Amino acid sequence: MLQKTPPGELYLSIQNLWKAFGSFLALKDISLEIKEGEFICFLGPSGCGKTTLLRAIAGLDLQTKGTVMQDGKDVSNLPPSERDFGIVFQSYALFPNLTIEKNIAFGLENTGRSKSDIAVRVSELLNLVGLPDQGRKYPAQLSGGQQQRIALARAIATNPGLLLLDEPLSALDAKVRVHLRHEIKELQRKLGVTTVMVTHDQEEALAMADRIVVMNHGVIEQVGSPTEIYREPANLFVADFIGEMNQIQSQVTKGGRLSVGEKTFACLSHTFNDGTPVIAAIRPEDIIPHEAGYLDTGGNRNCIEVTLDEMEFLGSFWRCRLNNERFGSSELIADFSINAVRRLELEEGRSMVIELPENRLMAFDIPEAGA
Amino acid sequence: MSTMSTNQDTLPAGPDIRPRLSRDDILMRGSMMVIALYLIVTLALPLYTMLSKSFSTYRVELSQYEFQVSDEAGVFDGTILTADELNRQLGVYSDTDLTTGSDGRLPVTGFFPDFSFRSPVMYQMRNTTEAGRFLVGSTLNEGTDWVELDSNTFRRVQMRPVQARGLGNFINYFSTPALFNSIKNSLWISVVSTIVTVTLAFWFAYALNRSCMRFKGAFRLIAMAPILVPSLLPGIALVYLFGNQGMIKELLFGASIYGPIGIVIGSVFFTFPHAFLIISTALAISDARLYEAAVSLRSTPWRTFWTVTIPGARYGLISAAFVVFNLVITDFGLPKVIGGQFNVLAVDIYKQVIGQQNFEMGAVVSVVLVIPAILAFGIDRMVQSKQVALLSARSVPYQATPNPKTDRIFLIYCSLIGLFIVGLLAVCQFAALIKFWPYDLSLSLKNYQFNKMDGGGWGSYFNSIKLAFLTAVIGTTVVFFGAYLVEKSNGFKTGRSIFQMFAMLPMAIPGMVLGLSYIFFFNNPSNPFNAIYGTMAILVICTVTHFYTVSHLTAVTALKQMDKEFESVSASLKQPTMKLFARVTVPVCLPAVLDISIYLFVNAMTTVSAVVFLYSPKTTLASIAVLNMDDAGDIAPAAAMGMMIFYTNAAARIVHLIASKGILARTQAWRSR
Repeated sequence: MLQKTPPGELYLSIQNLWKAFGSFLALKDISLEIKEGEFICFLGPSGCGKTTLLRAIAGLDLQTKGTVMQDGKDVSNLPPSERDFGIVFQSYALFPNLTIEKNIAFGLENTGRSKSDIAVRVSELLNLVGLPDQGRKYPAQLSGGQQQRIALARAIATNPGLLLLDEPLSALDAKVRVHLRHEIKELQRKLGVTTVMVTHDQEEALAMADRIVVMNHGVIEQVGSPTEIYREPANLFVADFIGEMNQIQSQVTKGGRLSVGEKTFACLSHTFNDGTPVIAAIRPEDIIPHEAGYLDTGGNRNCIEVTLDEMEFLGSFWRCRLNNERFGSSELIADFSINAVRRLELEEGRSMVIELPENRLMAFDIPEAGA
Repeated sequence: MSTMSTNQDTLPAGPDIRPRLSRDDILMRGSMMVIALYLIVTLALPLYTMLSKSFSTYRVELSQYEFQVSDEAGVFDGTILTADELNRQLGVYSDTDLTTGSDGRLPVTGFFPDFSFRSPVMYQMRNTTEAGRFLVGSTLNEGTDWVELDSNTFRRVQMRPVQARGLGNFINYFSTPALFNSIKNSLWISVVSTIVTVTLAFWFAYALNRSCMRFKGAFRLIAMAPILVPSLLPGIALVYLFGNQGMIKELLFGASIYGPIGIVIGSVFFTFPHAFLIISTALAISDARLYEAAVSLRSTPWRTFWTVTIPGARYGLISAAFVVFNLVITDFGLPKVIGGQFNVLAVDIYKQVIGQQNFEMGAVVSVVLVIPAILAFGIDRMVQSKQVALLSARSVPYQATPNPKTDRIFLIYCSLIGLFIVGLLAVCQFAALIKFWPYDLSLSLKNYQFNKMDGGGWGSYFNSIKLAFLTAVIGTTVVFFGAYLVEKSNGFKTGRSIFQMFAMLPMAIPGMVLGLSYIFFFNNPSNPFNAIYGTMAILVICTVTHFYTVSHLTAVTALKQMDKEFESVSASLKQPTMKLFARVTVPVCLPAVLDISIYLFVNAMTTVSAVVFLYSPKTTLASIAVLNMDDAGDIAPAAAMGMMIFYTNAAARIVHLIASKGILARTQAWRSR
């Protein structure tokens, strides 16, 4: 199929999209732009509206209000059969009574292709997804991962301009999942097809996406590259949903510093006024460990003394629970490398000093109750 | 952070997006409307016609007729007499005489005591209102002009009733003990039959599911046999066993089989497979872990039975009870054959319509019969919807452990039930093959010379096969396609739920009621569908509609197991939905499709109730022939024809079994890994 839009140009544009199920609003004023060739992940907890958004893009469940432009064309009210996309579902949705070949050829029929052309294309696709000899089998004779690859081959058989993946890996074993996500990403890069994937698995989104769209309660919380999303979360929801995040009740004091108890910390720049109660947040792996007494010798003002309550060995690092009465009942969780633990001779019950690096400590609004 | 949405909690004003329908959407909605229209024409409209008929009253209004009488010379003196006034003086017609049916007609000569048809006296008669009508011979006179008639013609004058709407028919019904006693009778035999059948079927199903008894397969087969015969066949067998010249009538100690006893025994026979199937399903899905827990808690078997087994099967038991109740109260064939003087509702409809030609009263009885049937149906649906969540994925199937003593008791019990079922069938076959019970017991095939009997002869047998075949083919197509459309089309929610409602309705409508409503609706000359009245087509349509619900539910169950994204995938690949339907949906659902077709075939072979009002001399049916031959006293040929139906259905089942095995082996290869 001709791809008019050159790579990097705007391909899919969603403007002010709303979706209502009765009085429940599943999507609230969603606007989003996706570029040609991009791999986009919709990420969010279940019920956040990510699948609803995908289905609106496909035309499977039409939005209540708003516009969807694809490749410069307004497709807002078109049925799926008049749009240009291939889709892969979590359930594979392979036709059980047709062989693998017939499944892949399903969309190639009635398109003016000759039988031999179809056969050539089918074997090309089977090679592409790495299952060249499985064409004559039935879906039930393949493993889950193999079936999902066939579903992928079927979806891209007609060279659609847009590939939609609805939780394609969720039904698979953890190992297969990691393997297949790599393959899908490779394939997408090779074909250059604009791709939107829905997932609730943050690791999957971080590993595969060019840009991640984090959604919650029918709104987009943040759009950005995996590193942006991870390093600079726009709000506490994103910070908490992706990766782990320590949260400490605090207040903004002079110079924008954050006070926890009597102690104040320097943090990343923010726009809060003095006196505003905020949540101070830092990721477990960003906490730097020091030996006890480091506070006095170094005089670093972002350091604080803690007790090492509990250590848990997680293979490549130690997860530690740290306690200081200033944090109230909440503990801090820190991930320390095995080297650091050995070097500092850390063990449960000991006192130590930790540093909360200024450029990794963030301040967020306190979320409203119930939100 | 390129895009941030503003958090608003209200939809903006302005029109919603209106979907542009694809060609497939239009095709599917159009087809759904066609099938919905089919259900409206074959179900909703006839029922409505019947309902309105039940509220139609007919009364001869005497105030709207006026007369003048001449002298012997034929000269009128201008005196005008009203029929009302004359009746008041002479008391010719009482109030009940004037209340009549749509065909009612009353002569007028009674108003003139001096009337003689040879007299030269002339009469003039007219209607006082435009609504008035009277017949002269077969000519209908409307309008208010005077009509002059000589004495000889005047005796052929008949007043015609005026139609009104009201509760008159119902008042009439409930003030006639002979009629409303049937309500009590119907409820009574239905309740008794239900209790007996459900109890017997429960222990039978229990033995088959929970014991290590032998010959389970054979018993299962025997239990299903009554489905293959018309409900009136056990009645014929009972006549041979316990009738006036019955083989073992002494066992009744003088009680008569003609009446409630016969109806209950026969009902147990023909409802047994239905109850057995439902209860067996309920027992089969019980969870073994509960029994292990009971054993480890040292519960006695009796206590375990009441605290684990019965609660686990209770929805099945309730459902079976209502299904049996519904079958018995709506059944017509059996009480017709063996009911004697014991009137029940379904037979009353027949008697009113066929015997007395009182269609309005037939409609009233129908309305009365529909009420318990709809109630039983509604409760059953409610109970079944609760059954779903009972079985969790982690349940472990119960494995019976051998217990020689109880296994032997169960074997004896099941053998007795089996003997009852096989026995009744064997009696019918025996009766069909002997010359003349009880005087000449030599074997002969003379009872198979159906052409010499009432009922349509062998022709009706072949008509039945034709009906069954057409019903199976057409019905399966319509039902499955309809179920597909309602399950898999996009949007159009209201239309789909209305369709679902229509599809569920036939189950609640007794066959007699459906058949009668067809008379009212299709036998109306002004109905454009009038042409199909008296043809095979109306029999097929009626039978498909009559058995629509169970077929529809079977189809829906199969379709619900299909991945709901197939249609999405097909649309994304820009393939027509009908290609998906033909290449994937139908092949995958083929087992269900075959089940629906055999269900329709068997029921079309055995049904009596709906079609008894609709057959014509050219379209007599085997099941009706059984009824009519029995009515005419040709009981042995009736039994012979009944057994022909049995063998035909049994053969159809076997063919179905072989065919589906063959077809499934070819088309369902994908099922095996």
